[in-house]
Amino acid sequence: MSEFTYLYRGRADQTGSPEERQQHLVKWRAWFQELGANGHLKELGHPLENGGVVVKGSQKIVTDGPFAEAKDVVGGFSIIEARDLAQAVELSKGCPILELGGAVEVRPIQTMSM
Amino acid sequence: MASGDHLFRHQSGRMVAALTRLFGIHNLALAEDVVQDAFCRALEVWRIRGVPENPCAWLMTAAKNRALDVLRRERTARNFAPELGRWIESEWTLAPVVEEYFAPNIIKDDLLRLMFSCCHPQLPEATQVMLILHILCGFSVDEVASAFVSSHAAAEKRITRAKKVLATSKRLFDTTDPDKLSARLPAVQRALYLLFNEGYHGASPESAVRAELCREAMRLAAMLLEHPPGATPATYALAALMCLDAARLPARVDASGHLVPLFEQDRGQWDQELLAEGLGFLALSAAGSELTEYHLEAAIASHHASAPRMEATDWATIVSLYDRLMTLRPSPIVALNRAIALAQRDGAEHGIAAIRAITEHDRLMAYPFYSAALGELALRCGRSRTAGEHFRAALALARNPMEREFLERRLGACETGEVPEVCNKRM
Repeated sequence: MSEFTYLYRGRADQTGSPEERQQHLVKWRAWFQELGANGHLKELGHPLENGGVVVKGSQKIVTDGPFAEAKDVVGGFSIIEARDLAQAVELSKGCPILELGGAVEVRPIQTMSM
Repeated sequence: MASGDHLFRHQSGRMVAALTRLFGIHNLALAEDVVQDAFCRALEVWRIRGVPENPCAWLMTAAKNRALDVLRRERTARNFAPELGRWIESEWTLAPVVEEYFAPNIIKDDLLRLMFSCCHPQLPEATQVMLILHILCGFSVDEVASAFVSSHAAAEKRITRAKKVLATSKRLFDTTDPDKLSARLPAVQRALYLLFNEGYHGASPESAVRAELCREAMRLAAMLLEHPPGATPATYALAALMCLDAARLPARVDASGHLVPLFEQDRGQWDQELLAEGLGFLALSAAGSELTEYHLEAAIASHHASAPRMEATDWATIVSLYDRLMTLRPSPIVALNRAIALAQRDGAEHGIAAIRAITEHDRLMAYPFYSAALGELALRCGRSRTAGEHFRAALALARNPMEREFLERRLGACETGEVPEVCNKRM
Protein backbone atom coordinates (compact mmCIF):
# COMPACT_ATOMS: atom_id res chain seq x y z
CA MET A 1 0.00 0.00 0.00
CA SER A 2 1.19 3.50 -0.79
CA GLU A 3 0.05 6.81 0.56
CA PHE A 4 -1.41 9.61 -1.46
CA THR A 5 -2.74 13.02 -0.68
CA TYR A 6 -5.93 14.34 -2.15
CA LEU A 7 -5.88 18.11 -2.54
CA TYR A 8 -9.40 19.43 -2.95
CA ARG A 9 -9.43 22.34 -5.33
CA GLY A 10 -12.22 24.81 -5.91
CA ARG A 11 -14.19 26.94 -3.45
CA ALA A 12 -17.66 25.91 -2.40
CA ASP A 13 -20.01 27.29 -4.99
CA GLN A 14 -21.92 30.45 -4.14
CA THR A 15 -25.14 29.64 -5.91
CA GLY A 16 -26.54 26.43 -4.45
CA SER A 17 -29.65 26.49 -2.31
CA PRO A 18 -29.35 25.56 1.37
CA GLU A 19 -31.03 22.25 0.63
CA GLU A 20 -28.61 21.43 -2.19
CA ARG A 21 -25.65 22.23 0.02
CA GLN A 22 -26.95 19.95 2.70
CA GLN A 23 -27.46 17.14 0.21
CA HIS A 24 -23.93 17.75 -1.03
CA LEU A 25 -22.54 17.33 2.48
CA VAL A 26 -24.38 14.06 2.85
CA LYS A 27 -22.55 12.84 -0.27
CA TRP A 28 -19.17 13.78 1.21
CA ARG A 29 -19.94 11.89 4.35
CA ALA A 30 -20.99 8.85 2.35
CA TRP A 31 -17.85 9.05 0.24
CA PHE A 32 -15.53 9.25 3.24
CA GLN A 33 -17.43 6.44 4.91
CA GLU A 34 -16.91 4.22 1.92
CA LEU A 35 -13.21 5.08 1.71
CA GLY A 36 -12.85 4.36 5.40
CA ALA A 37 -14.79 1.10 5.28
CA ASN A 38 -12.49 -0.18 2.55
CA GLY A 39 -9.35 0.79 4.44
CA HIS A 40 -8.34 3.60 2.11
CA LEU A 41 -8.73 6.53 4.46
CA LYS A 42 -5.50 7.08 6.35
CA GLU A 43 -6.39 10.56 7.62
CA LEU A 44 -9.42 12.71 7.04
CA GLY A 45 -7.04 15.67 6.85
CA HIS A 46 -8.14 19.25 7.29
CA PRO A 47 -10.05 22.00 5.59
CA LEU A 48 -7.97 25.12 4.90
CA GLU A 49 -9.02 28.70 5.58
CA ASN A 50 -9.37 30.85 2.53
CA GLY A 51 -7.30 33.68 3.89
CA GLY A 52 -3.54 33.51 4.43
CA VAL A 53 -0.36 34.87 2.95
CA VAL A 54 2.44 33.81 0.64
CA VAL A 55 6.01 34.43 1.69
CA LYS A 56 8.25 34.44 -1.34
CA GLY A 57 11.91 34.48 -2.33
CA SER A 58 15.09 35.50 -0.62
CA GLN A 59 13.56 38.91 -0.03
CA LYS A 60 10.82 37.16 1.92
CA ILE A 61 8.10 39.20 0.31
CA VAL A 62 4.78 38.64 2.01
CA THR A 63 1.66 38.89 -0.13
CA ASP A 64 -1.96 38.24 0.74
CA GLY A 65 -3.89 35.22 -0.43
CA PRO A 66 -5.93 33.97 -2.12
CA PHE A 67 -3.26 32.64 -4.34
CA ALA A 68 -5.17 31.57 -7.35
CA GLU A 69 -8.55 31.81 -8.96
CA ALA A 70 -11.41 30.53 -6.83
CA LYS A 71 -11.63 27.34 -8.86
CA ASP A 72 -7.98 26.49 -8.14
CA VAL A 73 -7.85 27.32 -4.44
CA VAL A 74 -6.96 24.32 -2.28
CA GLY A 75 -9.79 24.03 0.21
CA GLY A 76 -8.46 21.05 2.11
CA PHE A 77 -6.66 17.74 1.97
CA SER A 78 -6.87 14.11 3.04
CA ILE A 79 -4.41 11.24 3.19
CA ILE A 80 -5.36 8.10 1.29
CA GLU A 81 -3.94 4.61 1.15
CA ALA A 82 -4.07 2.82 -2.19
CA ARG A 83 -2.31 0.06 -4.08
CA ASP A 84 -0.91 2.44 -6.66
CA LEU A 85 -1.58 5.76 -8.35
CA ALA A 86 -4.13 4.18 -10.69
CA GLN A 87 -6.23 2.98 -7.75
CA ALA A 88 -5.88 6.30 -5.94
CA VAL A 89 -7.13 8.05 -9.07
CA GLU A 90 -10.01 5.63 -9.42
CA LEU A 91 -11.06 6.20 -5.81
CA SER A 92 -10.89 9.98 -6.23
CA LYS A 93 -13.50 9.81 -8.97
CA GLY A 94 -16.17 9.34 -6.31
CA CYS A 95 -15.35 12.67 -4.69
CA PRO A 96 -18.47 14.91 -4.62
CA ILE A 97 -16.37 18.02 -5.33
CA LEU A 98 -16.25 16.93 -8.96
CA GLU A 99 -20.02 17.33 -9.27
CA LEU A 100 -19.68 21.03 -8.49
CA GLY A 101 -16.92 21.67 -10.99
CA GLY A 102 -14.10 21.34 -8.46
CA ALA A 103 -11.03 19.14 -8.81
CA VAL A 104 -9.10 16.57 -6.82
CA GLU A 105 -5.36 16.65 -7.19
CA VAL A 106 -3.92 13.21 -6.46
CA ARG A 107 -0.29 13.28 -5.36
CA PRO A 108 1.79 10.31 -4.24
CA ILE A 109 3.47 10.93 -0.90
CA GLN A 110 7.23 10.44 -1.24
CA THR A 111 8.56 7.83 1.19
CA MET A 112 12.14 6.88 2.08
CA SER A 113 11.80 3.34 0.83
CA MET A 114 11.96 4.61 -2.73
CA MET B 1 -27.32 15.27 10.24
CA ALA B 2 -29.64 13.16 8.16
CA SER B 3 -30.31 13.95 4.54
CA GLY B 4 -33.96 14.67 5.21
CA ASP B 5 -33.87 17.03 8.16
CA HIS B 6 -33.63 20.28 6.15
CA LEU B 7 -31.34 21.85 8.72
CA PHE B 8 -29.71 24.20 6.22
CA ARG B 9 -33.02 25.27 4.79
CA HIS B 10 -34.49 26.12 8.18
CA GLN B 11 -31.32 27.67 9.48
CA SER B 12 -31.23 29.92 6.43
CA GLY B 13 -34.46 31.66 7.48
CA ARG B 14 -33.23 32.08 11.04
CA MET B 15 -29.97 33.65 9.91
CA VAL B 16 -31.64 35.97 7.40
CA ALA B 17 -34.10 37.03 10.12
CA ALA B 18 -31.37 37.89 12.61
CA LEU B 19 -29.26 39.63 10.00
CA THR B 20 -32.08 41.73 8.56
CA ARG B 21 -32.90 43.03 12.00
CA LEU B 22 -29.24 43.91 12.45
CA PHE B 23 -28.66 45.41 9.01
CA GLY B 24 -32.19 46.72 8.44
CA ILE B 25 -34.56 45.11 5.96
CA HIS B 26 -33.39 47.52 3.25
CA ASN B 27 -30.12 45.57 3.38
CA LEU B 28 -31.82 42.22 2.79
CA ALA B 29 -29.47 41.42 -0.10
CA LEU B 30 -26.47 41.95 2.15
CA ALA B 31 -28.01 39.67 4.77
CA GLU B 32 -28.52 37.00 2.13
CA ASP B 33 -24.88 37.33 1.03
CA VAL B 34 -23.71 36.81 4.59
CA VAL B 35 -25.88 33.71 4.88
CA GLN B 36 -24.49 32.32 1.62
CA ASP B 37 -21.03 32.94 2.93
CA ALA B 38 -21.75 31.09 6.15
CA PHE B 39 -23.05 28.12 4.17
CA CYS B 40 -19.94 28.11 1.97
CA ARG B 41 -17.73 28.03 5.02
CA ALA B 42 -19.78 25.25 6.55
CA LEU B 43 -19.53 23.23 3.37
CA GLU B 44 -15.78 23.68 3.13
CA VAL B 45 -15.11 22.74 6.72
CA TRP B 46 -17.80 20.11 7.32
CA ARG B 47 -17.19 18.15 4.19
CA ILE B 48 -13.80 17.14 5.59
CA ARG B 49 -14.20 17.38 9.35
CA GLY B 50 -17.77 16.20 9.44
CA VAL B 51 -20.80 17.97 10.85
CA PRO B 52 -20.12 19.58 14.26
CA GLU B 53 -22.06 18.65 17.34
CA ASN B 54 -24.26 21.71 17.18
CA PRO B 55 -24.50 22.63 13.49
CA CYS B 56 -27.07 25.39 14.05
CA ALA B 57 -24.85 27.20 16.53
CA TRP B 58 -21.84 26.72 14.25
CA LEU B 59 -23.66 28.31 11.32
CA MET B 60 -25.02 31.11 13.47
CA THR B 61 -21.52 31.89 14.75
CA ALA B 62 -20.16 31.93 11.21
CA ALA B 63 -22.92 34.36 10.22
CA LYS B 64 -22.33 36.50 13.30
CA ASN B 65 -18.59 36.79 12.64
CA ARG B 66 -19.18 37.67 9.05
CA ALA B 67 -21.77 40.24 10.14
CA LEU B 68 -19.18 41.82 12.43
CA ASP B 69 -16.75 42.08 9.51
CA VAL B 70 -19.41 43.71 7.37
CA LEU B 71 -20.40 46.19 10.07
CA ARG B 72 -16.79 47.17 10.70
CA ARG B 73 -16.08 47.59 7.02
CA GLU B 74 -19.24 49.43 6.08
CA ARG B 75 -20.36 51.27 9.18
CA THR B 76 -19.67 54.64 7.60
CA ALA B 77 -20.71 53.75 4.06
CA ARG B 78 -24.11 52.23 4.77
CA ASN B 79 -27.09 52.84 6.98
CA PHE B 80 -27.93 49.82 9.06
CA ALA B 81 -30.89 49.28 11.38
CA PRO B 82 -31.79 52.68 12.85
CA GLU B 83 -31.89 51.39 16.42
CA LEU B 84 -28.32 50.20 16.04
CA GLY B 85 -27.34 53.86 16.04
CA ARG B 86 -24.05 54.72 17.60
CA TRP B 87 -23.50 51.31 19.12
CA ILE B 88 -21.66 50.14 16.03
CA GLU B 89 -19.33 53.12 15.91
CA SER B 90 -17.10 51.80 18.64
CA GLU B 91 -15.40 48.43 19.00
CA TRP B 92 -16.34 48.55 22.70
CA THR B 93 -20.01 48.29 21.95
CA LEU B 94 -20.09 46.62 18.54
CA ALA B 95 -19.42 43.02 19.55
CA PRO B 96 -21.78 42.93 22.58
CA VAL B 97 -24.57 44.51 20.55
CA VAL B 98 -24.21 41.97 17.76
CA GLU B 99 -24.09 39.21 20.34
CA GLU B 100 -27.46 40.38 21.67
CA TYR B 101 -28.97 40.29 18.21
CA PHE B 102 -28.01 36.66 17.87
CA ALA B 103 -29.49 35.44 21.15
CA PRO B 104 -31.65 32.39 20.36
CA ASN B 105 -34.87 33.69 21.95
CA ILE B 106 -34.54 36.93 20.00
CA ILE B 107 -34.04 35.12 16.72
CA LYS B 108 -37.31 33.30 17.22
CA ASP B 109 -39.10 36.65 17.34
CA ASP B 110 -37.11 37.88 14.35
CA LEU B 111 -38.43 35.00 12.27
CA LEU B 112 -41.96 36.01 13.12
CA ARG B 113 -41.20 39.64 12.27
CA LEU B 114 -39.81 38.55 8.94
CA MET B 115 -42.89 36.44 8.27
CA PHE B 116 -45.12 39.47 8.86
CA SER B 117 -42.79 41.65 6.77
CA CYS B 118 -43.16 39.26 3.82
CA CYS B 119 -46.95 39.70 3.89
CA HIS B 120 -46.63 43.32 2.86
CA PRO B 121 -49.99 44.78 1.75
CA GLN B 122 -48.48 46.06 -1.50
CA LEU B 123 -47.65 42.54 -2.61
CA PRO B 124 -50.09 40.16 -4.30
CA GLU B 125 -50.94 37.12 -2.16
CA ALA B 126 -49.14 34.68 -4.45
CA THR B 127 -45.99 36.78 -4.29
CA GLN B 128 -46.14 36.88 -0.49
CA VAL B 129 -46.19 33.10 -0.49
CA MET B 130 -43.22 32.89 -2.85
CA LEU B 131 -41.32 35.37 -0.72
CA ILE B 132 -41.98 33.41 2.47
CA LEU B 133 -40.80 30.26 0.78
CA HIS B 134 -37.69 31.97 -0.51
CA ILE B 135 -36.62 34.02 2.50
CA LEU B 136 -38.03 32.16 5.49
CA CYS B 137 -37.86 28.63 4.23
CA GLY B 138 -34.58 28.99 2.35
CA PHE B 139 -35.91 27.77 -1.02
CA SER B 140 -33.75 28.93 -3.93
CA VAL B 141 -35.44 30.74 -6.80
CA ASP B 142 -35.29 27.49 -8.77
CA GLU B 143 -36.93 25.57 -5.96
CA VAL B 144 -39.65 28.22 -5.65
CA ALA B 145 -40.17 28.10 -9.41
CA SER B 146 -40.55 24.34 -9.35
CA ALA B 147 -42.93 24.47 -6.39
CA PHE B 148 -45.19 26.87 -8.28
CA VAL B 149 -44.59 25.32 -11.70
CA SER B 150 -43.33 28.61 -12.99
CA SER B 151 -40.25 29.48 -15.01
CA HIS B 152 -37.06 30.51 -13.25
CA ALA B 153 -37.22 33.93 -14.93
CA ALA B 154 -40.82 34.55 -13.84
CA ALA B 155 -40.17 33.50 -10.25
CA GLU B 156 -37.01 35.56 -10.11
CA LYS B 157 -38.79 38.63 -11.40
CA ARG B 158 -41.53 38.37 -8.80
CA ILE B 159 -39.12 37.74 -5.96
CA THR B 160 -36.82 40.59 -6.99
CA ARG B 161 -39.74 43.00 -7.21
CA ALA B 162 -41.06 41.84 -3.88
CA LYS B 163 -37.70 42.40 -2.22
CA LYS B 164 -37.71 45.96 -3.52
CA VAL B 165 -41.05 46.53 -1.84
CA LEU B 166 -39.69 45.15 1.44
CA ALA B 167 -36.64 47.39 1.13
CA THR B 168 -38.85 50.49 1.27
CA SER B 169 -39.17 49.97 5.01
CA LYS B 170 -36.09 50.06 7.17
CA ARG B 171 -37.20 47.87 10.00
CA LEU B 172 -38.71 44.46 10.24
CA PHE B 173 -42.41 44.42 11.01
CA ASP B 174 -43.04 45.35 14.65
CA THR B 175 -44.80 42.37 16.18
CA THR B 176 -44.93 43.98 19.62
CA ASP B 177 -47.59 46.46 18.50
CA PRO B 178 -50.86 44.54 19.05
CA ASP B 179 -52.93 46.70 16.69
CA LYS B 180 -50.50 46.39 13.83
CA LEU B 181 -50.13 42.70 14.47
CA SER B 182 -53.82 41.91 14.45
CA ALA B 183 -54.27 44.05 11.34
CA ARG B 184 -51.75 42.01 9.39
CA LEU B 185 -52.39 38.61 10.97
CA PRO B 186 -55.13 37.63 8.47
CA ALA B 187 -52.71 38.21 5.57
CA VAL B 188 -50.12 35.99 7.26
CA GLN B 189 -52.69 33.26 7.91
CA ARG B 190 -53.85 33.47 4.33
CA ALA B 191 -50.28 33.20 2.99
CA LEU B 192 -49.64 30.09 5.09
CA TYR B 193 -52.97 28.65 3.96
CA LEU B 194 -52.06 29.24 0.31
CA LEU B 195 -48.62 27.74 0.84
CA PHE B 196 -50.20 24.64 2.31
CA ASN B 197 -52.75 24.42 -0.49
CA GLU B 198 -50.08 24.76 -3.13
CA GLY B 199 -48.50 21.70 -1.60
CA TYR B 200 -51.73 19.82 -1.15
CA HIS B 201 -53.54 20.55 -4.40
CA GLY B 202 -50.88 22.25 -6.48
CA ALA B 203 -49.65 21.26 -9.90
CA SER B 204 -46.08 20.40 -9.03
CA PRO B 205 -45.32 17.02 -10.57
CA GLU B 206 -43.14 15.83 -7.74
CA SER B 207 -44.99 14.52 -4.76
CA ALA B 208 -41.89 15.16 -2.63
CA VAL B 209 -42.00 18.89 -3.40
CA ARG B 210 -45.65 19.00 -2.48
CA ALA B 211 -45.19 17.29 0.85
CA GLU B 212 -42.37 19.71 1.62
CA LEU B 213 -44.58 22.73 0.99
CA CYS B 214 -47.20 21.32 3.36
CA ARG B 215 -44.52 20.69 5.96
CA GLU B 216 -43.13 24.21 5.65
CA ALA B 217 -46.60 25.73 6.02
CA MET B 218 -47.19 23.63 9.13
CA ARG B 219 -43.84 24.61 10.59
CA LEU B 220 -44.60 28.31 10.10
CA ALA B 221 -48.12 27.93 11.50
CA ALA B 222 -46.64 26.27 14.59
CA MET B 223 -44.30 29.24 14.89
CA LEU B 224 -47.27 31.59 14.76
CA LEU B 225 -48.99 29.58 17.51
CA GLU B 226 -45.95 29.89 19.75
CA HIS B 227 -46.30 33.65 19.77
CA PRO B 228 -49.25 34.58 22.00
CA PRO B 229 -50.76 37.43 19.90
CA GLY B 230 -50.48 35.21 16.82
CA ALA B 231 -52.23 32.28 18.49
CA THR B 232 -55.79 33.35 17.78
CA PRO B 233 -58.72 30.94 17.29
CA ALA B 234 -58.31 31.44 13.52
CA THR B 235 -54.65 30.38 13.70
CA TYR B 236 -55.66 27.28 15.67
CA ALA B 237 -58.28 26.52 13.03
CA LEU B 238 -55.67 26.96 10.30
CA ALA B 239 -53.27 24.62 12.10
CA ALA B 240 -56.12 22.13 12.59
CA LEU B 241 -57.00 22.06 8.92
CA MET B 242 -53.36 21.61 7.95
CA CYS B 243 -52.90 18.69 10.33
CA LEU B 244 -56.17 17.01 9.38
CA ASP B 245 -55.50 17.32 5.65
CA ALA B 246 -51.83 16.40 5.94
CA ALA B 247 -52.79 13.28 7.90
CA ARG B 248 -54.29 11.93 4.66
CA LEU B 249 -51.14 12.54 2.63
CA PRO B 250 -49.64 9.05 3.19
CA ALA B 251 -52.76 7.49 1.62
CA ARG B 252 -52.98 9.83 -1.35
CA VAL B 253 -50.34 8.01 -3.33
CA ASP B 254 -50.23 4.23 -3.36
CA ALA B 255 -47.17 1.97 -3.40
CA SER B 256 -46.82 2.17 -7.17
CA GLY B 257 -47.01 5.99 -7.17
CA HIS B 258 -50.66 6.21 -8.27
CA LEU B 259 -52.90 9.03 -7.10
CA VAL B 260 -55.66 7.67 -4.85
CA PRO B 261 -58.82 9.76 -4.47
CA LEU B 262 -60.30 10.29 -1.01
CA PHE B 263 -63.10 7.80 -1.68
CA GLU B 264 -60.69 4.97 -2.30
CA GLN B 265 -58.02 5.72 0.25
CA ASP B 266 -56.90 3.13 2.75
CA ARG B 267 -57.89 4.96 5.90
CA GLY B 268 -55.58 2.79 7.94
CA GLN B 269 -52.72 4.72 6.35
CA TRP B 270 -53.89 8.06 7.66
CA ASP B 271 -51.46 9.52 10.14
CA GLN B 272 -53.18 9.03 13.49
CA GLU B 273 -50.81 11.34 15.33
CA LEU B 274 -51.54 14.24 12.97
CA LEU B 275 -55.26 13.51 13.15
CA ALA B 276 -55.16 13.71 16.93
CA GLU B 277 -53.10 16.87 16.81
CA GLY B 278 -55.52 18.39 14.31
CA LEU B 279 -58.54 17.56 16.45
CA GLY B 280 -56.74 19.11 19.42
CA PHE B 281 -56.17 22.34 17.50
CA LEU B 282 -59.77 22.30 16.31
CA ALA B 283 -60.94 22.18 19.92
CA LEU B 284 -58.70 25.15 20.76
CA SER B 285 -60.03 27.07 17.76
CA ALA B 286 -63.52 27.06 19.23
CA ALA B 287 -62.67 29.77 21.77
CA GLY B 288 -64.36 33.07 21.04
CA SER B 289 -67.09 33.82 18.56
CA GLU B 290 -65.07 34.28 15.41
CA LEU B 291 -65.88 31.85 12.60
CA THR B 292 -63.38 31.87 9.76
CA GLU B 293 -63.07 29.86 6.57
CA TYR B 294 -60.32 27.93 8.35
CA HIS B 295 -62.79 26.83 11.02
CA LEU B 296 -65.16 25.55 8.36
CA GLU B 297 -62.50 23.80 6.32
CA ALA B 298 -61.04 22.23 9.44
CA ALA B 299 -64.51 21.07 10.47
CA ILE B 300 -65.01 19.48 7.04
CA ALA B 301 -61.65 17.75 7.28
CA SER B 302 -62.50 16.52 10.79
CA HIS B 303 -65.69 14.88 9.49
CA HIS B 304 -63.67 13.01 6.87
CA ALA B 305 -61.12 12.10 9.50
CA SER B 306 -63.64 10.72 11.95
CA ALA B 307 -65.41 8.48 9.42
CA PRO B 308 -63.97 4.99 9.77
CA ARG B 309 -65.18 4.13 6.25
CA MET B 310 -66.08 6.33 3.32
CA GLU B 311 -69.71 5.18 3.58
CA ALA B 312 -69.87 6.30 7.20
CA THR B 313 -69.08 9.90 6.27
CA ASP B 314 -71.60 12.45 7.51
CA TRP B 315 -72.25 14.03 4.11
CA ALA B 316 -75.24 16.04 5.29
CA THR B 317 -73.11 17.95 7.78
CA ILE B 318 -70.30 18.34 5.24
CA VAL B 319 -72.72 19.84 2.70
CA SER B 320 -74.00 22.30 5.28
CA LEU B 321 -70.44 23.28 6.20
CA TYR B 322 -69.73 23.90 2.52
CA ASP B 323 -72.90 26.01 2.35
CA ARG B 324 -71.56 28.22 5.12
CA LEU B 325 -68.15 28.34 3.48
CA MET B 326 -69.83 29.53 0.30
CA THR B 327 -71.36 32.48 2.13
CA LEU B 328 -68.12 33.29 3.93
CA ARG B 329 -65.63 32.90 1.11
CA PRO B 330 -67.34 31.89 -2.12
CA SER B 331 -65.16 30.44 -4.83
CA PRO B 332 -65.70 28.08 -7.75
CA ILE B 333 -63.41 25.49 -6.10
CA VAL B 334 -65.46 25.53 -2.90
CA ALA B 335 -68.60 25.24 -5.03
CA LEU B 336 -67.14 22.23 -6.84
CA ASN B 337 -66.28 20.50 -3.58
CA ARG B 338 -69.75 21.28 -2.29
CA ALA B 339 -71.27 19.70 -5.40
CA ILE B 340 -69.22 16.54 -4.90
CA ALA B 341 -70.40 16.31 -1.28
CA LEU B 342 -73.96 16.96 -2.46
CA ALA B 343 -73.67 14.06 -4.90
CA GLN B 344 -72.79 11.83 -1.98
CA ARG B 345 -75.76 13.06 0.02
CA ASP B 346 -78.45 13.27 -2.68
CA GLY B 347 -77.11 11.21 -5.55
CA ALA B 348 -75.01 11.76 -8.65
CA GLU B 349 -77.66 13.57 -10.72
CA HIS B 350 -77.98 16.26 -8.05
CA GLY B 351 -74.22 16.59 -7.98
CA ILE B 352 -74.08 17.12 -11.75
CA ALA B 353 -76.81 19.75 -11.54
CA ALA B 354 -74.90 21.52 -8.77
CA ILE B 355 -71.70 21.52 -10.82
CA ARG B 356 -73.57 22.88 -13.83
CA ALA B 357 -75.00 25.62 -11.63
CA ILE B 358 -71.62 26.90 -10.46
CA THR B 359 -71.37 30.56 -11.31
CA GLU B 360 -68.03 31.52 -12.77
CA HIS B 361 -67.43 27.89 -13.66
CA ASP B 362 -65.30 29.20 -16.53
CA ARG B 363 -62.68 29.88 -13.86
CA LEU B 364 -62.54 26.13 -13.31
CA MET B 365 -62.12 25.27 -16.96
CA ALA B 366 -58.35 24.94 -16.68
CA TYR B 367 -58.64 22.75 -13.59
CA PRO B 368 -58.61 19.06 -14.55
CA PHE B 369 -60.74 17.98 -11.61
CA TYR B 370 -63.72 20.02 -12.81
CA SER B 371 -64.18 17.76 -15.84
CA ALA B 372 -63.03 14.78 -13.83
CA ALA B 373 -65.81 15.36 -11.28
CA LEU B 374 -68.40 15.54 -14.06
CA GLY B 375 -66.93 12.35 -15.52
CA GLU B 376 -67.05 10.54 -12.19
CA LEU B 377 -70.70 11.45 -11.63
CA ALA B 378 -71.72 10.60 -15.21
CA LEU B 379 -70.08 7.23 -14.75
CA ARG B 380 -72.10 6.64 -11.61
CA CYS B 381 -75.27 7.41 -13.53
CA GLY B 382 -74.26 4.73 -16.02
CA ARG B 383 -73.52 7.18 -18.85
CA SER B 384 -70.09 5.86 -19.59
CA ARG B 385 -69.74 7.50 -22.99
CA THR B 386 -70.40 10.99 -21.58
CA ALA B 387 -68.10 10.16 -18.70
CA GLY B 388 -65.38 9.22 -21.16
CA GLU B 389 -65.68 12.59 -22.89
CA HIS B 390 -65.31 14.40 -19.57
CA PHE B 391 -62.26 12.37 -18.61
CA ARG B 392 -60.72 13.03 -22.01
CA ALA B 393 -61.23 16.76 -21.46
CA ALA B 394 -59.69 16.46 -18.00
CA LEU B 395 -56.77 14.49 -19.40
CA ALA B 396 -55.95 17.33 -21.77
CA LEU B 397 -55.58 19.58 -18.71
CA ALA B 398 -53.57 17.19 -16.53
CA ARG B 399 -50.75 19.11 -14.91
CA ASN B 400 -48.35 16.31 -14.13
CA PRO B 401 -47.73 12.63 -14.93
CA MET B 402 -49.47 11.49 -11.76
CA GLU B 403 -52.71 13.26 -12.67
CA ARG B 404 -52.42 12.04 -16.26
CA GLU B 405 -52.00 8.46 -15.15
CA PHE B 406 -54.96 8.75 -12.77
CA LEU B 407 -57.24 10.19 -15.43
CA GLU B 408 -56.17 7.56 -17.95
CA ARG B 409 -57.21 4.88 -15.48
CA ARG B 410 -60.60 6.55 -15.02
CA LEU B 411 -60.96 6.77 -18.80
CA GLY B 412 -60.14 3.08 -18.97
CA ALA B 413 -62.93 2.39 -16.45
CA CYS B 414 -65.42 4.19 -18.74
CA GLU B 415 -64.43 2.07 -21.68
CA THR B 416 -64.87 -1.19 -19.82
CA GLY B 417 -68.13 0.15 -18.41
CA GLU B 418 -66.97 -0.59 -14.89
CA VAL B 419 -68.98 1.42 -12.41
CA PRO B 420 -67.03 2.47 -9.34
CA GLU B 421 -68.11 0.65 -6.24
CA VAL B 422 -68.66 3.80 -4.22
CA CYS B 423 -71.58 4.84 -6.37
CA ASN B 424 -74.00 2.11 -5.90
CA LYS B 425 -74.49 2.99 -2.29
CA ARG B 426 -76.54 6.12 -2.70
CA MET B 427 -78.34 6.08 -5.96
